[in-house]
Amino acid sequence: MNKEINAILIDGKDNVVTAIKELPAGRLARFEKGGEMVTVTVTDEIPKFHKIALEDILVSKPVYKYGHLIGEAIKPIKTGNHVHDHNIRSPQKN
Amino acid sequence: MKFKGYQRPDGKVGIRNHVLILPTVACANETCRIMAANLPGAVSFVNQNGCGEVEISRRITQRVLAGFAANPNVYGILMVGLGCELNQADEMSALIREKTNKPLEVLLIQEEGGTTRTIRKGTQIVRDMLIEASACEQEWFDLSHLMVALECGGSDSTSGLVANPVIGKTTDILVASGATAMLSETAEIVGAEHILAERAVDPQTKQKIYDIVADLETSLEAVGENLRSAQPSPGNKKGGLSTIEEKSLGCIHKGGTSPLMEVLDYACAPTRKGLVFMDTAGYDVLSVTAKVAGGCQLVIFTTGRGNPVGNPIAPVLKITANRDTFIKMEDNTDMDLSGAFDGSATIDQLGQEVLEEVLRIANGKKTKAEIFGFGFTETVMKRVCDYV
Repeated sequence: MNKEINAILIDGKDNVVTAIKELPAGRLARFEKGGEMVTVTVTDEIPKFHKIALEDILVSKPVYKYGHLIGEAIKPIKTGNHVHDHNIRSPQKN
Repeated sequence: MKFKGYQRPDGKVGIRNHVLILPTVACANETCRIMAANLPGAVSFVNQNGCGEVEISRRITQRVLAGFAANPNVYGILMVGLGCELNQADEMSALIREKTNKPLEVLLIQEEGGTTRTIRKGTQIVRDMLIEASACEQEWFDLSHLMVALECGGSDSTSGLVANPVIGKTTDILVASGATAMLSETAEIVGAEHILAERAVDPQTKQKIYDIVADLETSLEAVGENLRSAQPSPGNKKGGLSTIEEKSLGCIHKGGTSPLMEVLDYACAPTRKGLVFMDTAGYDVLSVTAKVAGGCQLVIFTTGRGNPVGNPIAPVLKITANRDTFIKMEDNTDMDLSGAFDGSATIDQLGQEVLEEVLRIANGKKTKAEIFGFGFTETVMKRVCDYV
């Protein structure tokens, strides 16, 4: 993995990346997507190994990691937000 | 690829050569522990069960105890009972004898006349077994004789990003070489069961993956509980895991990409080689206990937050991709995979390194959990209901 990156996108379908360093608000998260370096401005303080939103996610909309569904938003999430159990929960059945 | 092992009379091959001092009931635990503590090469563990159990729970306890006795890492067994317990020693002996013809001796504390007499006689028995065991010579065997348990505990995001994918590579090589690799922890495939199900070798195996998840959810609903109240754990969340689905998707990476050959009931031995799944709780110690009872000779254990767990019978190889954890808990952690984050190693390279370490451990190298002697023997058995 490239030393300049500070976040990891696991699957192209994902709408979150995982920070591999603690990132203060305002910092650029840098990750690779399809061989290209992509950046997103972090809007919250992100603890090491926590997730960052790559797009705005409306309430009840899906959150993808590993290319699979890991949860749904319970609050509106903005690009660059910290994504964790304060704003997502397990996908609800039906 | 080959490993050095001990041929057992029942045809199986061990990578350790323990004499197991087996308590049939909690009342015999301390007697067993005192003997084992004074006889290097002997192992024992705390059995919380063996009495006051309804039939269905007692059968589970017996299955685990018989599985421990039959595990190929065990040369021979001294079973110690109290005498009056529900789990009667003659019934327990018969269950062990269904599985193995290795050396087995039995003492009952009430018949021997107390702790000191039992310890005196038991020590002589175990001493003789240890001498016989020490005369066993290791021979080379191919990997079809190896069964490896895959476990993750104290997970954080590094587990799913690096450690479990690395173990997945190791698993693929092991399985391709004829070995058996055992996944488990039904609670930790919730949300990812469809991925395992698609890899099932036949429709029955596929259906059973869905069934065990549904049964787990139904059994919790029946008592007004919800899986998500216990999963992910507080430590998982601190490590960045938000939902059980996210944790599960990371967990199943340990199984690599091989076809799923069989879904096993709790603590049962597989009938097929390759990648198999055992229906256990997501409680690490309980899950490791069950897989060793199912015959696994070695446990690969990935962790993010750090974990000291060992097992009385099987070496537990502790691996993390969290550099901070490796430094902080170096005396409990065998391998550091954080090179995948700084660019110094790839997942494939690390998978090969873990494989080489697995073979070294199989050949006799001790894990950090083993170095502490027989003390790191955490054992927890599944329970169906309260004691009676």
